[in-house]
Amino acid sequence: MAVFPEMALRDGRVGSRTTRRDALLAGFGGLCLCCLPARADQPPARFGEVVPGLFVRHGDDEDATTKNRDAIANIGFIIGRDAVLVTDSGGSLADGRALRAAIRERTDRPIRHVVMSHVHPDHSFGAAAFVEDRPEFIGHAKLRQALQMRGEYYRRRLADLLGSDAGSIVIPTRAVSCTDAIDLGDRRISFQAHATAHTDCDLAMRDERSGVLLPADLLFVRRIPALDGSLAGWLRALTALEATGAARAVPGHGPVLVDLAPAVADLRRYLTVLRDGVRAEIKGTGSIERAIETVGQGERGRWLLFDDYNARNVTEAYKEYEWE
Amino acid sequence: MRHSMSGHLAFGVALLALSAGLAPARAGVEDSDQERAARWQEIQKSIFDGKTATTDDAAVKLDAPTRAADAALVPLTITLAQPKDIAGLYLVIDDNPSPVAAHFTFGPDADPKEVKLRVRVNTYTDIHVVAVMKDGSLKQTVKFVKASGGCSAPMGMSDEDAVKGIGDMRLRLAGDVAADKPVDATLMIRHPNFNGMQMNQLTRQYTPARYIQAIDVTYDAKKVFDMDTDISLASNPVITFELLPSAAKGELKVDVKDSTNAQWSRTFPVPAVSN
Repeated sequence: MAVFPEMALRDGRVGSRTTRRDALLAGFGGLCLCCLPARADQPPARFGEVVPGLFVRHGDDEDATTKNRDAIANIGFIIGRDAVLVTDSGGSLADGRALRAAIRERTDRPIRHVVMSHVHPDHSFGAAAFVEDRPEFIGHAKLRQALQMRGEYYRRRLADLLGSDAGSIVIPTRAVSCTDAIDLGDRRISFQAHATAHTDCDLAMRDERSGVLLPADLLFVRRIPALDGSLAGWLRALTALEATGAARAVPGHGPVLVDLAPAVADLRRYLTVLRDGVRAEIKGTGSIERAIETVGQGERGRWLLFDDYNARNVTEAYKEYEWE
Repeated sequence: MRHSMSGHLAFGVALLALSAGLAPARAGVEDSDQERAARWQEIQKSIFDGKTATTDDAAVKLDAPTRAADAALVPLTITLAQPKDIAGLYLVIDDNPSPVAAHFTFGPDADPKEVKLRVRVNTYTDIHVVAVMKDGSLKQTVKFVKASGGCSAPMGMSDEDAVKGIGDMRLRLAGDVAADKPVDATLMIRHPNFNGMQMNQLTRQYTPARYIQAIDVTYDAKKVFDMDTDISLASNPVITFELLPSAAKGELKVDVKDSTNAQWSRTFPVPAVSN
Protein backbone atom coordinates (compact mmCIF):
# COMPACT_ATOMS: atom_id res chain seq x y z
CA MET A 1 0.00 0.00 0.00
CA ALA A 2 1.05 3.28 0.73
CA VAL A 3 3.65 4.66 2.37
CA PHE A 4 4.66 6.98 0.15
CA PRO A 5 5.53 8.84 3.04
CA GLU A 6 4.11 9.37 6.29
CA MET A 7 0.65 8.07 6.09
CA ALA A 8 1.43 4.47 6.68
CA LEU A 9 4.23 5.26 9.07
CA ARG A 10 2.81 8.41 10.45
CA ASP A 11 2.62 7.07 13.96
CA GLY A 12 6.36 6.70 13.87
CA ARG A 13 6.92 9.60 16.17
CA VAL A 14 4.82 8.18 18.92
CA GLY A 15 5.77 4.63 18.13
CA SER A 16 9.46 5.31 18.17
CA ARG A 17 9.41 5.96 21.89
CA THR A 18 7.70 2.65 22.45
CA THR A 19 10.22 1.01 20.20
CA ARG A 20 13.16 2.20 22.20
CA ARG A 21 11.53 1.11 25.43
CA ASP A 22 10.74 -2.27 23.93
CA ALA A 23 14.29 -2.63 22.79
CA LEU A 24 15.61 -1.76 26.25
CA LEU A 25 13.28 -4.21 27.96
CA ALA A 26 14.32 -6.88 25.55
CA GLY A 27 17.94 -6.13 26.33
CA PHE A 28 17.39 -6.42 30.08
CA GLY A 29 15.54 -9.67 29.62
CA GLY A 30 18.49 -11.11 27.77
CA LEU A 31 16.33 -11.93 24.79
CA CYS A 32 17.74 -11.68 21.36
CA LEU A 33 14.70 -10.84 19.30
CA CYS A 34 16.46 -11.16 16.03
CA CYS A 35 17.02 -14.88 16.54
CA LEU A 36 13.40 -15.70 17.21
CA PRO A 37 11.11 -16.55 14.33
CA ALA A 38 8.43 -14.32 15.78
CA ARG A 39 8.07 -12.25 18.90
CA ALA A 40 6.66 -14.05 21.86
CA ASP A 41 3.93 -11.47 22.36
CA GLN A 42 2.75 -11.83 18.78
CA PRO A 43 0.26 -14.48 17.79
CA PRO A 44 1.82 -16.71 15.14
CA ALA A 45 1.02 -15.48 11.65
CA ARG A 46 -1.83 -17.42 10.12
CA PHE A 47 -1.19 -18.65 6.62
CA GLY A 48 -4.23 -20.25 5.07
CA GLU A 49 -4.12 -22.55 2.04
CA VAL A 50 -6.38 -20.62 -0.32
CA VAL A 51 -5.96 -23.16 -3.13
CA PRO A 52 -3.83 -26.31 -2.95
CA GLY A 53 -0.20 -25.33 -2.52
CA LEU A 54 -0.84 -21.56 -2.31
CA PHE A 55 -0.71 -20.12 1.20
CA VAL A 56 -1.64 -16.53 2.07
CA ARG A 57 -1.52 -14.54 5.30
CA HIS A 58 -4.07 -11.75 5.67
CA GLY A 59 -2.41 -8.42 6.36
CA ASP A 60 -3.91 -6.24 9.10
CA ASP A 61 -6.11 -3.45 7.77
CA GLU A 62 -4.01 -0.82 9.57
CA ASP A 63 -0.97 1.31 9.00
CA ALA A 64 2.44 0.13 10.17
CA THR A 65 2.89 0.16 13.93
CA THR A 66 5.39 -1.21 16.41
CA LYS A 67 2.85 -3.84 17.36
CA ASN A 68 1.92 -5.11 13.89
CA ARG A 69 5.53 -5.06 12.61
CA ASP A 70 4.24 -3.74 9.30
CA ALA A 71 2.56 -7.10 8.65
CA ILE A 72 -0.20 -5.27 6.82
CA ALA A 73 -0.07 -6.76 3.32
CA ASN A 74 -1.38 -10.10 2.08
CA ILE A 75 1.78 -12.15 1.64
CA GLY A 76 2.36 -15.82 1.08
CA PHE A 77 4.08 -18.63 -0.76
CA ILE A 78 3.57 -21.36 -3.33
CA ILE A 79 5.00 -24.84 -2.76
CA GLY A 80 5.95 -26.59 -5.99
CA ARG A 81 7.47 -30.02 -6.60
CA ASP A 82 11.03 -28.73 -6.67
CA ALA A 83 10.99 -25.39 -4.93
CA VAL A 84 9.10 -22.73 -3.04
CA LEU A 85 8.20 -19.27 -4.35
CA VAL A 86 7.45 -16.38 -1.99
CA THR A 87 4.59 -14.38 -3.51
CA ASP A 88 5.48 -11.13 -1.72
CA SER A 89 8.17 -10.59 0.86
CA GLY A 90 6.42 -8.86 3.76
CA GLY A 91 6.69 -5.55 5.54
CA SER A 92 9.76 -5.90 7.72
CA LEU A 93 12.56 -8.28 8.59
CA ALA A 94 10.33 -9.58 11.40
CA ASP A 95 7.40 -10.07 9.04
CA GLY A 96 9.65 -11.84 6.51
CA ARG A 97 11.01 -14.11 9.26
CA ALA A 98 7.49 -15.10 10.29
CA LEU A 99 6.78 -15.91 6.64
CA ARG A 100 9.93 -17.97 6.36
CA ALA A 101 9.07 -19.86 9.55
CA ALA A 102 5.61 -20.62 8.18
CA ILE A 103 7.21 -22.09 5.04
CA ARG A 104 9.59 -24.21 7.08
CA GLU A 105 6.70 -25.58 9.16
CA ARG A 106 5.35 -27.06 5.96
CA THR A 107 8.25 -28.00 3.72
CA ASP A 108 12.03 -28.35 3.50
CA ARG A 109 12.07 -27.62 -0.23
CA PRO A 110 14.42 -24.83 -1.20
CA ILE A 111 13.10 -21.27 -1.32
CA ARG A 112 14.36 -20.39 -4.78
CA HIS A 113 12.26 -17.33 -5.67
CA VAL A 114 11.22 -14.31 -3.62
CA VAL A 115 8.92 -11.80 -5.29
CA MET A 116 8.88 -8.15 -4.27
CA SER A 117 5.68 -6.91 -5.89
CA HIS A 118 6.61 -3.21 -5.73
CA VAL A 119 8.62 -0.63 -3.80
CA HIS A 120 6.32 0.00 -0.82
CA PRO A 121 7.83 -1.17 2.45
CA ASP A 122 4.96 -3.48 3.41
CA HIS A 123 5.85 -5.55 0.34
CA SER A 124 9.62 -5.19 0.06
CA PHE A 125 11.19 -5.14 3.54
CA GLY A 126 10.57 -8.83 4.30
CA ALA A 127 13.09 -9.80 1.61
CA ALA A 128 16.02 -9.49 4.01
CA ALA A 129 14.73 -12.56 5.90
CA PHE A 130 15.47 -14.75 2.85
CA VAL A 131 19.01 -13.66 2.00
CA GLU A 132 20.45 -16.83 3.61
CA ASP A 133 18.38 -18.97 1.19
CA ARG A 134 20.14 -17.32 -1.76
CA PRO A 135 16.96 -17.15 -3.84
CA GLU A 136 16.51 -14.95 -6.86
CA PHE A 137 14.72 -11.79 -5.82
CA ILE A 138 12.18 -11.02 -8.52
CA GLY A 139 10.87 -7.52 -9.19
CA HIS A 140 9.66 -5.14 -11.86
CA ALA A 141 12.47 -3.70 -13.97
CA LYS A 142 11.90 -0.32 -12.34
CA LEU A 143 11.94 -1.64 -8.78
CA ARG A 144 15.70 -1.34 -8.47
CA GLN A 145 15.64 2.35 -9.25
CA ALA A 146 12.60 2.93 -7.05
CA LEU A 147 14.37 1.28 -4.11
CA GLN A 148 17.41 3.43 -4.75
CA MET A 149 15.27 6.53 -4.68
CA ARG A 150 13.11 5.68 -1.68
CA GLY A 151 14.47 2.65 0.10
CA GLU A 152 16.63 4.49 2.60
CA TYR A 153 13.82 6.90 3.41
CA TYR A 154 11.47 3.99 4.08
CA ARG A 155 14.09 2.11 6.07
CA ARG A 156 14.63 5.01 8.42
CA ARG A 157 10.96 5.49 9.07
CA LEU A 158 10.44 1.78 9.56
CA ALA A 159 13.44 1.63 11.91
CA ASP A 160 11.84 4.42 13.96
CA LEU A 161 9.01 1.97 14.62
CA LEU A 162 10.78 -1.37 14.73
CA GLY A 163 14.47 -0.78 15.37
CA SER A 164 16.55 -3.66 14.02
CA ASP A 165 13.38 -5.63 13.21
CA ALA A 166 12.84 -3.23 10.31
CA GLY A 167 15.38 -4.92 8.08
CA SER A 168 17.46 -3.68 5.22
CA ILE A 169 16.93 -3.04 1.55
CA VAL A 170 17.32 -5.95 -0.84
CA ILE A 171 17.88 -5.14 -4.50
CA PRO A 172 16.13 -7.50 -6.93
CA THR A 173 18.34 -9.90 -8.87
CA ARG A 174 15.83 -10.78 -11.60
CA ALA A 175 14.15 -7.86 -13.32
CA VAL A 176 10.91 -8.29 -15.24
CA SER A 177 10.41 -5.62 -17.88
CA CYS A 178 7.46 -7.17 -19.69
CA THR A 179 6.53 -10.80 -19.11
CA ASP A 180 8.41 -13.68 -17.55
CA ALA A 181 7.73 -17.09 -16.06
CA ILE A 182 9.33 -19.58 -13.73
CA ASP A 183 8.67 -23.26 -13.18
CA LEU A 184 8.51 -24.79 -9.71
CA GLY A 185 8.71 -28.27 -11.25
CA ASP A 186 5.04 -29.00 -11.65
CA ARG A 187 3.74 -25.49 -11.47
CA ARG A 188 4.35 -22.53 -13.77
CA ILE A 189 4.11 -19.01 -12.40
CA SER A 190 3.87 -16.20 -14.95
CA PHE A 191 4.68 -12.54 -14.41
CA GLN A 192 3.41 -9.33 -15.91
CA ALA A 193 5.22 -6.01 -15.37
CA HIS A 194 2.74 -3.13 -15.55
CA ALA A 195 3.22 0.45 -16.68
CA THR A 196 2.90 3.07 -13.93
CA ALA A 197 -0.31 2.45 -12.00
CA HIS A 198 -0.42 1.99 -8.20
CA THR A 199 3.33 2.75 -8.30
CA ASP A 200 5.83 2.81 -11.15
CA CYS A 201 6.98 -0.76 -10.47
CA ASP A 202 3.93 -3.01 -10.05
CA LEU A 203 4.53 -6.68 -10.82
CA ALA A 204 1.50 -8.98 -11.10
CA MET A 205 1.69 -12.74 -11.32
CA ARG A 206 -0.47 -15.74 -11.93
CA ASP A 207 -0.38 -19.26 -10.61
CA GLU A 208 -1.14 -21.11 -13.84
CA ARG A 209 -2.16 -24.33 -12.18
CA SER A 210 -4.97 -22.83 -10.12
CA GLY A 211 -5.57 -19.87 -12.43
CA VAL A 212 -5.48 -17.56 -9.43
CA LEU A 213 -4.17 -14.06 -10.16
CA LEU A 214 -1.83 -12.35 -7.68
CA PRO A 215 -1.89 -8.68 -8.68
CA ALA A 216 -0.57 -7.44 -5.31
CA ASP A 217 -1.46 -3.77 -4.80
CA LEU A 218 -2.97 -3.32 -8.23
CA LEU A 219 -5.97 -4.71 -6.37
CA PHE A 220 -7.16 -3.29 -3.03
CA VAL A 221 -10.29 -4.78 -1.52
CA ARG A 222 -12.08 -3.20 1.47
CA ARG A 223 -9.04 -1.07 2.34
CA ILE A 224 -8.85 2.27 0.53
CA PRO A 225 -6.31 2.15 -2.30
CA ALA A 226 -3.24 4.36 -2.08
CA LEU A 227 -2.42 6.19 -5.30
CA ASP A 228 1.33 6.63 -5.77
CA GLY A 229 1.78 6.28 -9.52
CA SER A 230 -0.81 7.21 -12.09
CA LEU A 231 -4.58 7.15 -11.81
CA ALA A 232 -5.03 6.88 -15.58
CA GLY A 233 -2.42 4.12 -15.62
CA TRP A 234 -4.15 2.27 -12.80
CA LEU A 235 -7.46 2.27 -14.67
CA ARG A 236 -5.64 0.78 -17.67
CA ALA A 237 -3.99 -1.83 -15.43
CA LEU A 238 -7.42 -2.88 -14.10
CA THR A 239 -8.52 -3.55 -17.67
CA ALA A 240 -5.38 -5.61 -18.17
CA LEU A 241 -6.14 -7.64 -15.02
CA GLU A 242 -9.62 -8.41 -16.36
CA ALA A 243 -8.14 -9.37 -19.72
CA THR A 244 -6.26 -12.23 -18.05
CA GLY A 245 -9.61 -13.99 -17.75
CA ALA A 246 -8.80 -14.99 -14.16
CA ALA A 247 -11.86 -15.61 -12.01
CA ARG A 248 -10.20 -15.25 -8.62
CA ALA A 249 -7.40 -13.17 -7.19
CA VAL A 250 -5.31 -12.61 -4.08
CA PRO A 251 -5.44 -8.84 -3.53
CA GLY A 252 -2.53 -6.96 -1.93
CA HIS A 253 -4.87 -5.83 0.84
CA GLY A 254 -8.21 -7.18 1.93
CA PRO A 255 -9.56 -10.75 2.01
CA VAL A 256 -6.99 -13.36 1.00
CA LEU A 257 -9.02 -14.61 -1.98
CA VAL A 258 -11.74 -12.77 -3.90
CA ASP A 259 -13.72 -12.98 -7.11
CA LEU A 260 -11.85 -10.72 -9.49
CA ALA A 261 -14.73 -9.03 -11.33
CA PRO A 262 -16.56 -7.38 -8.39
CA ALA A 263 -13.26 -6.42 -6.73
CA VAL A 264 -12.06 -4.69 -9.88
CA ALA A 265 -15.44 -3.00 -10.26
CA ASP A 266 -15.22 -1.49 -6.76
CA LEU A 267 -11.71 -0.21 -7.26
CA ARG A 268 -12.54 1.15 -10.70
CA ARG A 269 -15.55 2.97 -9.26
CA TYR A 270 -13.41 4.70 -6.62
CA LEU A 271 -10.68 5.67 -9.07
CA THR A 272 -13.25 6.94 -11.57
CA VAL A 273 -14.91 9.07 -8.88
CA LEU A 274 -11.49 10.56 -8.11
CA ARG A 275 -10.68 11.20 -11.75
CA ASP A 276 -14.02 12.77 -12.60
CA GLY A 277 -14.01 14.80 -9.39
CA VAL A 278 -10.60 16.37 -9.89
CA ARG A 279 -11.25 16.96 -13.59
CA ALA A 280 -14.44 18.87 -12.78
CA GLU A 281 -12.60 20.93 -10.18
CA ILE A 282 -9.73 21.70 -12.55
CA LYS A 283 -12.11 22.70 -15.34
CA GLY A 284 -13.96 25.01 -12.97
CA THR A 285 -12.16 27.51 -10.83
CA GLY A 286 -9.49 24.98 -10.06
CA SER A 287 -8.75 24.74 -6.36
CA ILE A 288 -6.78 21.81 -5.02
CA GLU A 289 -7.96 22.73 -1.51
CA ARG A 290 -11.60 22.36 -2.43
CA ALA A 291 -10.88 19.17 -4.34
CA ILE A 292 -9.24 17.70 -1.23
CA GLU A 293 -12.31 18.59 0.85
CA THR A 294 -14.98 17.37 -1.54
CA VAL A 295 -13.80 14.79 -4.07
CA GLY A 296 -14.54 11.17 -3.25
CA GLN A 297 -16.51 11.91 -0.07
CA GLY A 298 -19.37 9.69 -1.25
CA GLU A 299 -16.96 6.76 -1.00
CA ARG A 300 -16.23 7.28 2.71
CA GLY A 301 -18.47 4.47 3.98
CA ARG A 302 -17.12 1.98 1.48
CA TRP A 303 -13.45 1.82 2.46
CA LEU A 304 -11.41 1.24 5.60
CA LEU A 305 -8.88 4.00 6.45
CA PHE A 306 -10.71 6.38 4.12
CA ASP A 307 -9.83 9.49 6.12
CA ASP A 308 -6.16 8.54 6.22
CA TYR A 309 -5.73 8.26 2.47
CA ASN A 310 -8.43 9.99 0.47
CA ALA A 311 -6.95 13.48 0.80
CA ARG A 312 -3.56 12.22 -0.37
CA ASN A 313 -5.15 10.33 -3.25
CA VAL A 314 -7.03 13.45 -4.36
CA THR A 315 -3.79 15.46 -4.16
CA GLU A 316 -2.00 12.90 -6.34
CA ALA A 317 -4.84 12.76 -8.83
CA TYR A 318 -5.08 16.54 -9.00
CA LYS A 319 -1.35 16.84 -9.73
CA GLU A 320 -1.70 14.28 -12.51
CA TYR A 321 -4.75 15.80 -14.18
CA GLU A 322 -4.00 19.50 -13.87
CA TRP A 323 -1.34 19.06 -16.57
CA GLU A 324 -3.65 16.96 -18.74
CA MET B 1 15.27 42.94 -1.54
CA ARG B 2 16.29 39.96 -3.65
CA HIS B 3 19.69 39.76 -1.94
CA SER B 4 18.06 38.81 1.35
CA MET B 5 17.32 35.28 0.17
CA SER B 6 20.91 34.15 -0.11
CA GLY B 7 21.49 35.02 3.53
CA HIS B 8 18.70 32.76 4.58
CA LEU B 9 19.90 29.92 2.50
CA ALA B 10 23.24 30.01 4.28
CA PHE B 11 21.39 30.14 7.57
CA GLY B 12 19.59 26.98 6.51
CA VAL B 13 22.61 24.91 5.59
CA ALA B 14 23.45 23.73 9.09
CA LEU B 15 19.88 22.62 9.60
CA LEU B 16 19.86 20.90 6.28
CA ALA B 17 22.81 18.77 7.34
CA LEU B 18 20.97 17.91 10.55
CA SER B 19 17.78 16.87 8.88
CA ALA B 20 19.65 14.63 6.50
CA GLY B 21 20.73 12.61 9.56
CA LEU B 22 18.88 9.78 11.20
CA ALA B 23 16.33 11.77 13.10
CA PRO B 24 14.79 14.18 10.66
CA ALA B 25 12.38 16.71 11.93
CA ARG B 26 12.12 15.54 15.51
CA ALA B 27 13.34 18.83 16.95
CA GLY B 28 10.44 20.72 15.39
CA VAL B 29 7.95 18.28 16.85
CA GLU B 30 9.08 18.60 20.42
CA ASP B 31 9.87 22.31 20.54
CA SER B 32 8.12 24.27 23.26
CA ASP B 33 6.11 27.42 22.54
CA GLN B 34 8.98 29.46 23.98
CA GLU B 35 11.46 27.83 21.62
CA ARG B 36 9.17 28.54 18.68
CA ALA B 37 8.77 32.15 19.73
CA ALA B 38 12.53 32.54 20.12
CA ARG B 39 13.09 31.08 16.70
CA TRP B 40 10.62 33.48 15.13
CA GLN B 41 12.36 36.40 16.84
CA GLU B 42 15.65 35.24 15.38
CA ILE B 43 14.18 34.83 11.89
CA GLN B 44 12.54 38.26 12.03
CA LYS B 45 15.84 39.86 13.02
CA SER B 46 17.58 38.36 10.02
CA ILE B 47 14.85 39.27 7.53
CA PHE B 48 13.59 42.62 8.68
CA ASP B 49 16.68 44.43 9.93
CA GLY B 50 15.51 44.72 13.49
CA LYS B 51 11.92 45.59 12.71
CA THR B 52 9.24 43.48 14.35
CA ALA B 53 5.99 42.45 12.73
CA THR B 54 2.78 43.26 14.59
CA THR B 55 0.25 40.47 14.88
CA ASP B 56 -2.87 41.44 12.95
CA ASP B 57 -5.06 38.45 12.14
CA ALA B 58 -7.68 40.71 10.58
CA ALA B 59 -5.26 42.19 8.06
CA VAL B 60 -3.45 38.95 7.24
CA LYS B 61 -5.05 35.52 7.11
CA LEU B 62 -3.48 32.15 6.41
CA ASP B 63 -5.47 29.03 5.57
CA ALA B 64 -3.52 25.80 5.80
CA PRO B 65 -4.41 22.23 6.74
CA THR B 66 -3.81 21.60 10.45
CA ARG B 67 -2.35 18.25 9.51
CA ALA B 68 -0.95 17.94 6.02
CA ALA B 69 -2.11 14.92 4.00
CA ASP B 70 0.98 15.25 1.85
CA ALA B 71 3.94 17.03 3.43
CA ALA B 72 5.53 17.53 0.01
CA LEU B 73 2.50 19.45 -1.22
CA VAL B 74 0.81 21.57 1.41
CA PRO B 75 -1.64 24.02 -0.15
CA LEU B 76 -1.72 27.47 1.45
CA THR B 77 -4.12 30.37 0.92
CA ILE B 78 -3.08 33.84 2.03
CA THR B 79 -5.75 36.53 2.28
CA LEU B 80 -4.93 40.21 2.75
CA ALA B 81 -7.70 42.54 3.93
CA GLN B 82 -6.17 45.83 2.72
CA PRO B 83 -4.76 44.97 -0.71
CA LYS B 84 -4.33 48.60 -1.72
CA ASP B 85 -1.92 49.20 1.17
CA ILE B 86 0.23 46.13 0.52
CA ALA B 87 3.71 46.39 -0.98
CA GLY B 88 4.88 42.84 -0.46
CA LEU B 89 4.58 39.60 1.39
CA TYR B 90 6.82 37.10 3.17
CA LEU B 91 5.91 33.46 3.66
CA VAL B 92 8.08 31.91 6.37
CA ILE B 93 8.05 28.23 7.32
CA ASP B 94 9.97 28.58 10.57
CA ASP B 95 11.38 25.08 10.90
CA ASN B 96 12.11 24.34 7.27
CA PRO B 97 15.81 24.13 6.38
CA SER B 98 15.49 27.44 4.60
CA PRO B 99 12.63 29.24 6.34
CA VAL B 100 11.77 31.98 3.83
CA ALA B 101 9.62 30.05 1.37
CA ALA B 102 8.59 33.04 -0.69
CA HIS B 103 8.92 36.80 -0.86
CA PHE B 104 6.49 38.64 -3.12
CA THR B 105 6.82 42.24 -4.23
CA PHE B 106 3.60 43.43 -5.84
CA GLY B 107 3.27 45.91 -8.68
CA PRO B 108 0.43 48.06 -10.07
CA ASP B 109 -1.13 45.19 -12.04
CA ALA B 110 -1.72 43.00 -9.02
CA ASP B 111 -4.57 43.09 -6.56
CA PRO B 112 -2.91 41.30 -3.66
CA LYS B 113 -6.01 40.27 -1.77
CA GLU B 114 -5.39 36.55 -2.22
CA VAL B 115 -2.37 34.40 -3.03
CA LYS B 116 -2.30 30.60 -3.15
CA LEU B 117 0.73 28.42 -3.37
CA ARG B 118 1.96 24.93 -2.47
CA VAL B 119 4.91 24.26 -0.22
CA ARG B 120 6.93 21.48 1.34
CA VAL B 121 6.81 21.27 5.11
CA ASN B 122 9.56 19.33 6.84
CA THR B 123 8.30 19.07 10.40
CA TYR B 124 5.71 20.37 12.85
CA THR B 125 6.18 24.09 12.44
CA ASP B 126 4.78 27.55 12.71
CA ILE B 127 4.10 29.14 9.34
CA HIS B 128 4.20 32.94 9.37
CA VAL B 129 2.86 35.33 6.78
CA VAL B 130 4.11 38.90 7.01
CA ALA B 131 2.54 41.64 4.94
CA VAL B 132 4.85 44.53 4.11
CA MET B 133 2.64 47.62 4.06
CA LYS B 134 3.36 50.54 1.77
CA ASP B 135 4.10 52.70 4.84
CA GLY B 136 6.85 50.25 5.78
CA SER B 137 5.05 48.64 8.71
CA LEU B 138 4.82 44.85 9.02
CA LYS B 139 1.69 42.88 9.86
CA GLN B 140 1.74 39.18 10.52
CA THR B 141 -0.26 36.09 11.25
CA VAL B 142 0.79 32.57 12.16
CA LYS B 143 -0.53 29.04 11.85
CA PHE B 144 0.85 25.82 13.31
CA VAL B 145 0.98 22.96 10.80
CA LYS B 146 1.66 19.31 11.51
CA ALA B 147 3.58 17.68 8.70
CA SER B 148 6.77 15.74 8.44
CA GLY B 149 9.35 14.75 5.90
CA GLY B 150 8.13 17.05 3.14
CA CYS B 151 11.63 18.15 2.24
CA SER B 152 13.37 14.79 2.20
CA ALA B 153 10.41 12.81 0.85
CA PRO B 154 11.46 11.10 -2.35
CA MET B 155 9.62 12.19 -5.44
CA GLY B 156 7.28 9.66 -6.99
CA MET B 157 9.37 9.30 -10.11
CA SER B 158 12.94 9.02 -11.32
CA ASP B 159 15.13 12.11 -11.51
CA GLU B 160 15.07 11.84 -15.30
CA ASP B 161 11.28 11.75 -15.43
CA ALA B 162 11.07 14.62 -12.96
CA VAL B 163 12.92 17.04 -15.25
CA LYS B 164 10.86 16.16 -18.32
CA GLY B 165 9.27 19.29 -19.73
CA ILE B 166 11.11 21.54 -17.28
CA GLY B 167 10.19 25.17 -17.85
CA ASP B 168 6.78 24.45 -19.39
CA MET B 169 4.19 26.93 -18.20
CA ARG B 170 0.45 27.31 -18.26
CA LEU B 171 -1.85 30.16 -17.32
CA ARG B 172 -5.51 29.88 -16.40
CA LEU B 173 -7.78 32.88 -15.90
CA ALA B 174 -10.94 32.19 -13.91
CA GLY B 175 -13.16 34.74 -15.62
CA ASP B 176 -13.50 37.39 -18.28
CA VAL B 177 -10.88 40.09 -18.45
CA ALA B 178 -11.85 43.74 -18.15
CA ALA B 179 -9.64 46.73 -17.51
CA ASP B 180 -9.06 47.42 -13.82
CA LYS B 181 -11.19 44.47 -12.75
CA PRO B 182 -9.33 41.83 -10.73
CA VAL B 183 -9.38 38.29 -12.11
CA ASP B 184 -8.16 35.02 -10.56
CA ALA B 185 -5.03 33.83 -12.38
CA THR B 186 -3.32 30.49 -11.88
CA LEU B 187 0.23 30.05 -13.10
CA MET B 188 1.67 26.53 -13.40
CA ILE B 189 5.36 25.87 -13.96
CA ARG B 190 6.97 22.49 -14.66
CA HIS B 191 10.03 22.23 -12.45
CA PRO B 192 11.08 19.45 -10.04
CA ASN B 193 12.42 21.98 -7.51
CA PHE B 194 14.99 19.47 -6.27
CA ASN B 195 16.05 20.70 -2.86
CA GLY B 196 19.19 18.60 -2.45
CA MET B 197 17.66 16.46 0.31
CA GLN B 198 16.49 13.47 -1.71
CA MET B 199 19.03 10.66 -1.55
CA ASN B 200 19.82 7.89 -4.01
CA GLN B 201 20.43 4.92 -1.71
CA LEU B 202 22.76 2.97 -3.97
CA THR B 203 25.11 5.78 -4.87
CA ARG B 204 24.64 7.46 -1.47
CA GLN B 205 24.42 10.66 -3.45
CA TYR B 206 21.81 13.32 -3.00
CA THR B 207 20.06 14.46 -6.14
CA PRO B 208 21.73 17.85 -6.65
CA ALA B 209 19.66 20.82 -5.61
CA ARG B 210 17.99 22.56 -8.50
CA TYR B 211 15.20 24.90 -7.57
CA ILE B 212 13.42 28.00 -8.79
CA GLN B 213 14.81 31.22 -7.37
CA ALA B 214 12.79 33.89 -9.09
CA ILE B 215 9.42 34.21 -10.82
CA ASP B 216 8.71 37.63 -12.30
CA VAL B 217 5.29 38.39 -13.79
CA THR B 218 4.35 41.48 -15.82
CA TYR B 219 1.24 42.56 -17.71
CA ASP B 220 1.95 44.79 -20.70
CA ALA B 221 5.38 45.45 -19.18
CA LYS B 222 3.87 46.61 -15.88
CA LYS B 223 4.78 44.61 -12.81
CA VAL B 224 2.26 42.14 -11.40
CA PHE B 225 4.70 40.64 -8.92
CA ASP B 226 8.26 39.53 -8.42
CA MET B 227 8.66 36.44 -6.32
CA ASP B 228 11.88 35.22 -4.71
CA THR B 229 11.73 31.64 -3.57
CA ASP B 230 13.76 28.53 -2.94
CA ILE B 231 13.64 24.94 -1.77
CA SER B 232 10.33 25.08 0.13
CA LEU B 233 8.21 25.43 -3.00
CA ALA B 234 6.58 22.12 -3.98
CA SER B 235 7.68 20.55 -7.25
CA ASN B 236 5.79 21.75 -10.34
CA PRO B 237 4.84 25.02 -8.60
CA VAL B 238 1.33 26.37 -8.96
CA ILE B 239 0.64 29.95 -7.87
CA THR B 240 -2.76 31.59 -7.85
CA PHE B 241 -2.93 35.39 -7.66
CA GLU B 242 -5.25 38.24 -8.49
CA LEU B 243 -4.34 39.93 -11.74
CA LEU B 244 -5.46 43.57 -12.00
CA PRO B 245 -5.17 44.10 -15.75
CA SER B 246 -4.59 47.68 -16.78
CA ALA B 247 -6.20 46.88 -20.14
CA ALA B 248 -8.78 44.33 -21.30
CA LYS B 249 -6.34 43.00 -23.87
CA GLY B 250 -2.66 42.54 -23.25
CA GLU B 251 0.21 40.16 -22.70
CA LEU B 252 1.10 38.46 -19.46
CA LYS B 253 4.80 37.65 -19.39
CA VAL B 254 6.45 35.24 -16.97
CA ASP B 255 10.21 35.01 -16.41
CA VAL B 256 11.54 32.12 -14.35
CA LYS B 257 15.11 31.59 -13.21
CA ASP B 258 16.43 28.59 -11.29
CA SER B 259 19.49 27.92 -9.15
CA THR B 260 21.47 26.59 -12.12
CA ASN B 261 20.83 29.93 -13.83
CA ALA B 262 18.55 28.32 -16.37
CA GLN B 263 15.89 30.78 -17.51
CA TRP B 264 12.52 30.40 -19.12
CA SER B 265 10.21 33.08 -20.49
CA ARG B 266 6.67 32.71 -21.66
CA THR B 267 4.21 35.28 -22.94
CA PHE B 268 0.49 34.56 -22.67
CA PRO B 269 -1.98 36.60 -24.69
CA VAL B 270 -4.87 37.88 -22.54
CA PRO B 271 -7.60 36.98 -23.01
CA ALA B 272 -6.45 33.55 -24.12
CA VAL B 273 -6.70 32.90 -27.82
CA SER B 274 -9.18 30.09 -28.23
CA ASN B 275 -8.60 27.39 -30.75
